[in-house]
Amino acid sequence: MSPPSSLQLVVNGESRTLTGPATLVDVLRQLGLDPRAVVVEHNRVIVRRADLGGAPVRDGDVIEIVHFVGGG
Amino acid sequence: MNDNLTIGGETFRSRLFVGTGKYRTNAEMVAAIEASGADVVTVAVRRVDLNRANEQGILHHLDAKRFFLLANTAGCYSADEAVRYARLAREAGFNAFIKLEVIGDKETLLPDVDGLLAASRTLVKEGFQVLAYTNDDLITALRLEEAGCAAVMPLASPIGSGLGLLNPYGIRAIKRRLSVPIIVDAGVGTASDACLVMEQGVDGILMNTALAEADHPVLMASAMRDAVAAGRSAFLAGRMPRREIAVPSSSASGMLD
Repeated sequence: MSPPSSLQLVVNGESRTLTGPATLVDVLRQLGLDPRAVVVEHNRVIVRRADLGGAPVRDGDVIEIVHFVGGG
Repeated sequence: MNDNLTIGGETFRSRLFVGTGKYRTNAEMVAAIEASGADVVTVAVRRVDLNRANEQGILHHLDAKRFFLLANTAGCYSADEAVRYARLAREAGFNAFIKLEVIGDKETLLPDVDGLLAASRTLVKEGFQVLAYTNDDLITALRLEEAGCAAVMPLASPIGSGLGLLNPYGIRAIKRRLSVPIIVDAGVGTASDACLVMEQGVDGILMNTALAEADHPVLMASAMRDAVAAGRSAFLAGRMPRREIAVPSSSASGMLD
């Protein structure tokens, strides 16, 4: 297993430093988010929920995490 | 009498669709939606606010099993943007329906027709049931139907304006000429607006601000439920003709000398 390192990511438009190595599920966990409550876009590609755990994240990745909010 | 509404293979009992935006509190939103009797509820797709502890999406307050969630592409000003949001919404896993908005102008929130048609074609090809928010122009509505939209949603008046039905002729023309369901969306302000819209013979109506910005949203939601039912019944009942001369209701014979 690789030693822990820091990952520089852009998450929802902001620079974030997270702990790597990480998959998208790890990223969500580090951010305190439930994978079942959000939809994730990884470098402009939507990731299916079932694939979040198998998606490794690299330095410089751009991640968008969205959910449903009120709207007309 | 079965007067259910079917769109894209889904059947709904209520012809009143409601939004979830702009409410003062989540409790008020939930109560108003309940009072409206709506089956279909719209939601928007936005970034999770990572800086707010315990930030919760709308599904924390709304029972996703009880309502049919219709995600929208509100805030999108291009076809590409709207398509991106629609795909994200679909990935949430509830259904493949989308209330498609491609906006052309911030002040009026009128649709960008080119972008709307382009996005419709793309999303229809990808298997979405597209409910397209549009203006009251017949030709645009026809093009949206040709593009394969499951429903066309012409505005009564600008979003959030509360001006009610501005162009009944346009709405009636759209209903007369299209085969897909017509759901009037935007601009409804009070119960009489909703009743008048349904009297045009359209299949349903969507409102948000009319409830959220009422002094008493729950009471207004209840009024809207009644208004939509009344307008629908009045349409089905087949109104009397309008005349410019009077016709007495009491018999002319049998008058005294």
